[in-house]
Amino acid sequence: MTKITKTSLPGVGVKHEFVTDDGRRVGVVHHRTGKRELFVCEASDPDAATLNLSLSDEDSHALSDALGGSEIVENLTHLRQQVEGLAIDWLHVEEGTPYVGRSIGDTRTRTRTGVSVVAVIRDDLPFPAPEPDFEVQAGDTLVVVGTPEGIAKVEDLLSGG
Amino acid sequence: MNEVASLLVELGAVILGLGLVARLAARLSMSPIPLFLIAGLILGEGGILPIVTSEEFIEVGAEIGVIFLLLMLGLEYSADELVDGMKSVAFSGIVDLLSNFIPGFVAGLLLGWTVVPALFLGGVTYISSSGVIAKMLGDMGWTGNRETPIVLSLLVFEDLVMALFLPILGVLALGGTAIGAVLAALIALTAVVVSIAFAHRQGDRMGTFIFHTSDEVSLLTIFGLTLLVAGIAERIGVSAAVGAFLVGISVSGLSAERARVLLAPLRDLFAAVFFLFFGLSTDPGKIPDVLFVAVALGFLTAATKVWVGRWSARRAGIGARGQQRAGLLLIPRGEFSIIIAGLGASVAGGQQLPALAAAYVLLMAIAGPLAVRAQASRASKRAPDAAKEPVTDTFGR
Repeated sequence: MTKITKTSLPGVGVKHEFVTDDGRRVGVVHHRTGKRELFVCEASDPDAATLNLSLSDEDSHALSDALGGSEIVENLTHLRQQVEGLAIDWLHVEEGTPYVGRSIGDTRTRTRTGVSVVAVIRDDLPFPAPEPDFEVQAGDTLVVVGTPEGIAKVEDLLSGG
Repeated sequence: MNEVASLLVELGAVILGLGLVARLAARLSMSPIPLFLIAGLILGEGGILPIVTSEEFIEVGAEIGVIFLLLMLGLEYSADELVDGMKSVAFSGIVDLLSNFIPGFVAGLLLGWTVVPALFLGGVTYISSSGVIAKMLGDMGWTGNRETPIVLSLLVFEDLVMALFLPILGVLALGGTAIGAVLAALIALTAVVVSIAFAHRQGDRMGTFIFHTSDEVSLLTIFGLTLLVAGIAERIGVSAAVGAFLVGISVSGLSAERARVLLAPLRDLFAAVFFLFFGLSTDPGKIPDVLFVAVALGFLTAATKVWVGRWSARRAGIGARGQQRAGLLLIPRGEFSIIIAGLGASVAGGQQLPALAAAYVLLMAIAGPLAVRAQASRASKRAPDAAKEPVTDTFGR
């Protein structure tokens, strides 16, 4: 897999970049203001960004959809959403783990960890705000909100710990 | 007209004038700082349109402007960025300090000044303007460039050096001894290190304390706290600016983000007042005497900055054009040079300092960006022009 390097830009934000197969540097600058900037470097001056494109949230989603990937968006959203002690995470439910076949209410996730399941993603389809009787299946992705510690506990529970 | 009426009219006219000046700067796609200075020079003592009734207000506003500039500077960087920045450019940072502080210092001595005002001049020539440079990076579309992290880290280093340098200057400005100055610097160093370590280890304790769901509560708390800490710092001789910087670096993460959004308009207002005030209190009649020195010093310290930028970029394996960009980017001097000169205005033997600093900063804040644009347009004869984006606030962030 292509390696993405992360560089901190003090006072500006964070830069994620990688080098394409034909040797061109491509990356995204995440400004702290929330602005995202896509840049591409020319082969003749590999240090300089020659194409700059400012992207809104929706533009970024559209672009990443067009490229056919959602993993990066998830990761980046993850980075951005560490709101004062509040964390959002996407947890995959593997085959053969304790949550499979149980309803969300039955897993008692919220009671045990304080973490809420705010959505379930199944076959790329989102099910926002699932009811307590929503049954979890293997391969689902749970979108959870809570404290980072709570989410870590949920991860333990999910993997049968 | 009664007192209140004339105060309001004068203040309104001045601030409206600053608004027009800022509008012009945005039109020309340049930093408004030099234009604010020019406005001050025109309106001030010895200028054509002296301000009378609102001077007291503007003076207090200018003090608050310095505090806001430093508070926002502290908020700008997270503790982790400060630590990483220091580590990654420690050697280049010291080279930068030596090669840009010494020319100013020596020039001061050559002008026949005593050591203390010469130290202030060294500070003026040392510190690049992070505000102007951040704006340039955005305007030129260079944020993603490989040399950019090096430039930004050098700026972080300079800003930290300034946090230690200001208390030294503060004590010397009040006629204190060298021992007193070293003591103040040690206090400041300890306070800075403790604040950074606190923010580094504890994360966002400070932010949780300050911030509330109501913006009103948050604003009043952080503003009050900053003024209080700045006042105490001033009282113990560490300088108000450093106190404000400390509050800024102790708030981190998302609270810092919120604080920046909340405080940016106030910073813009009071910083404009501060630049205006510096212009107001500088006698433009003294500028012709120091103009030659300012220009010569400008050429010399533009060359030293370009050299430092190129050298640091080359060490990081950046190509020739990237080295050139890094060098040219570092030329502009701005807000912090003015803060230092403002602090030194009252120093014995420093009568020429404000005029010299004003001329110097005007020159560098205008010439630096022009040099960058000239190089970019030469380079773009071969490649299509980088996307240009208007940035609307003073500090381009």
